[in-house]
Amino acid sequence: MDKSKTFDLSKTGLTRRTALKGLAATAGLVTAPGFVRYSQAQSSAPIKIGFQSHRTGIGAAYGRWYEKTTAAAVKAINAAGGINGRQVEVIIEDDGTDPGRGAEVVGKFATQHKTDIVFGTLFSHVVIGSAPAAGEAKIPYFVVSEGHHVASTKLNRYVFQPGITDVKSQIQSMAPWIAANAGKKVTQIFPDFAFGYDHRDYLPPALKAQGADVIAQIAIPPTESSFTKYFPQIPAETEVIYHVMVGPAVLTFVKELGEFYGSNRPQLFGFMDSLEATDINSPGLEFLDGSHFWEGSPRYAQADDSAAQKAYRAAVGIDDNGAALGDPKDVSTASHMFGCWETLYVVKKAMEDAGYKGPEDRAKLVEATEALTAFAEGPEHPQGPKTFNGKIHQCFGIQNISKVEGGKLKVVHKTKIEDGLYEAEGDYTTQAL
Amino acid sequence: MSEASPAKAYGLHLGAIALLFVLSFLLPEYYHGLLARIMVLAVFAMGYNMLFGYVGLLSLGHAMFFAAGLYGAGLAVIQLGWSVPAAFAAGLGCGVVLSLVIGLLALRTSGVAFMIVTMMFAQVFYLIILYFSSWTGGDQGMVVPQPARVLAFGATSLDLTNPTVRYMSALGLFSLVLLITLALVRSRYGRVLVAIRENEERTKMLGYDTFSNKLAAVVISGIVCAASGAAYALLFGYVGSSFASVQYSILPLLWVLLGGAATTLGPLIGTLFMYYVIDITSGYTSAYLLIVGIALILLVLFLPKGILGSMRQRWLGWLP
Repeated sequence: MDKSKTFDLSKTGLTRRTALKGLAATAGLVTAPGFVRYSQAQSSAPIKIGFQSHRTGIGAAYGRWYEKTTAAAVKAINAAGGINGRQVEVIIEDDGTDPGRGAEVVGKFATQHKTDIVFGTLFSHVVIGSAPAAGEAKIPYFVVSEGHHVASTKLNRYVFQPGITDVKSQIQSMAPWIAANAGKKVTQIFPDFAFGYDHRDYLPPALKAQGADVIAQIAIPPTESSFTKYFPQIPAETEVIYHVMVGPAVLTFVKELGEFYGSNRPQLFGFMDSLEATDINSPGLEFLDGSHFWEGSPRYAQADDSAAQKAYRAAVGIDDNGAALGDPKDVSTASHMFGCWETLYVVKKAMEDAGYKGPEDRAKLVEATEALTAFAEGPEHPQGPKTFNGKIHQCFGIQNISKVEGGKLKVVHKTKIEDGLYEAEGDYTTQAL
Repeated sequence: MSEASPAKAYGLHLGAIALLFVLSFLLPEYYHGLLARIMVLAVFAMGYNMLFGYVGLLSLGHAMFFAAGLYGAGLAVIQLGWSVPAAFAAGLGCGVVLSLVIGLLALRTSGVAFMIVTMMFAQVFYLIILYFSSWTGGDQGMVVPQPARVLAFGATSLDLTNPTVRYMSALGLFSLVLLITLALVRSRYGRVLVAIRENEERTKMLGYDTFSNKLAAVVISGIVCAASGAAYALLFGYVGSSFASVQYSILPLLWVLLGGAATTLGPLIGTLFMYYVIDITSGYTSAYLLIVGIALILLVLFLPKGILGSMRQRWLGWLP
């Protein structure tokens, strides 16, 4: 360890451990083998799931709730005997919501932690950035992103999204209700980046099929902090404003939209992505009263909630308003985080079908997952029933349309799975394992 | 400050390259993959160092040169179906054109203005990537298909997704750029660049065309950064706009400052340091950036010229 002495920073106040590990880069490399002495998976050893979490960066609010949901699901799975009689252990690495770091984290799970799978990624750019690493390491990568990237079949055979419906399907399934109930002349307002483009591209044909039209599309740059200047672009004949703004500027957007229209406004329809982890009763959001939102899984407890939904909410620790038990200000990301719970149960099912024993069975796990076709509503799938297309590695489920009433969101319509089905764009199963 | 003999200077660098080569056989799998990535990004830092360390021009826009290579190579494969060598050349070509144009415009300024102008150009470049999202994949980015990442030599081929091939490719690029950098900074041209950094007016007075020399440095820096970006796209298979964001303009500055500006091996040391501190501390706490920040402050306080820069100042005056 002579080299570490060369860079001895102990006098700087750093601990010896940090100095040895972090500062002496070459020495760090030499000592690296000490970190990676891992035993082979044994029959009694836990199933190791690498959780690629957005602990920091733009996705941190989601990451925190994804971790809570995952912990609850793993606790429930372990209490019921685990997977193939083995307990499940979750190893978390922060990807910083960055695609470069995301790829490194996938590599770390595959080659250092030797996890059986990688799981849990939300943000699309991180999924797309990490997918090559998963494919090259041949480690199954189960994402909970809702992006269309998996179903587009432009990633690879090791990437799956079996726990949450993709955004193309979500948008398509909204069209029948919008055309029948809100109006037939729709103006879209969306952020001028990929999330907005999904809505820009998928909504018009879906509405057209229902006899309605998008009459204007207004893209707002992500750097914008004031929106009033865009509102005059909304055609006067607009019957529905379809808005999917996201990020901190949402509150300003809604407030300024309210000031622009006053009490005489068109119908408003939005996606809950705009307000995940945000209190619907925040100052400035009063204008949303009476408007409608897509929700993946309802934030607020509903009168007709199933026993499975109630059990899920209790296990994850959210109250009737969708906030953390004991902390009403800590609002959850209910529309998306159920996907972590359901994905883990899909992994469980696929591992059991494959007779999964360890990393040598990863290819079997891929094939077993591809062979799945449907997930029945119940404790393992509390959001609702789903079908699964093994060729495009994507599930399709029901969606909720909720109305803002008295400071709460009440589900007024549930779509059918068929509303969101579309023609497959490719077939992963033709790729070599 | 004494200068090393050619044997000593090249011996040190060849020794460093040999060490990296040997490490390929010794490192555990994860660190093997990580070091390949670090070497590619160290090339980015070396490109930045060429301008910042040797000419004294502080740019906050070098992400655009890295991204030019990244997108030049990535789009050539994804959209045009080009082979790996042609795509790499396309990445370099994009770097040359962009750095030449940016150099001609930005070098009309100096100091803080240069910093701001380069940052603004990089922001424009970033927004252009977002604007042409149907081609570039916008903020989500695109995957370079695994089957296309193959280097073919007649009947034989090298799969760039193979960890050993990837490591050796990264090492090859790193070694080439390191030796070229060493030769450049020891050349008459390298001395002119240092003279410009130390006193541009005096250099002009001695009859040197400082604008042309600085422009050449911007272009060399741009090519090296583009080479890093092109290699990143082809070796790691992802092209995304986050690599064109301001964060990736600041990172090479940090890597160079940490390792030691105007030292040939400093960029590698700095990149290694940052990667390992983040990788290790993030395993203990989500506040790892706080630890990174404290480590940076301590380094600035106690090793203000960076790791190798301070070593050169205190003990190893001959260090290139």
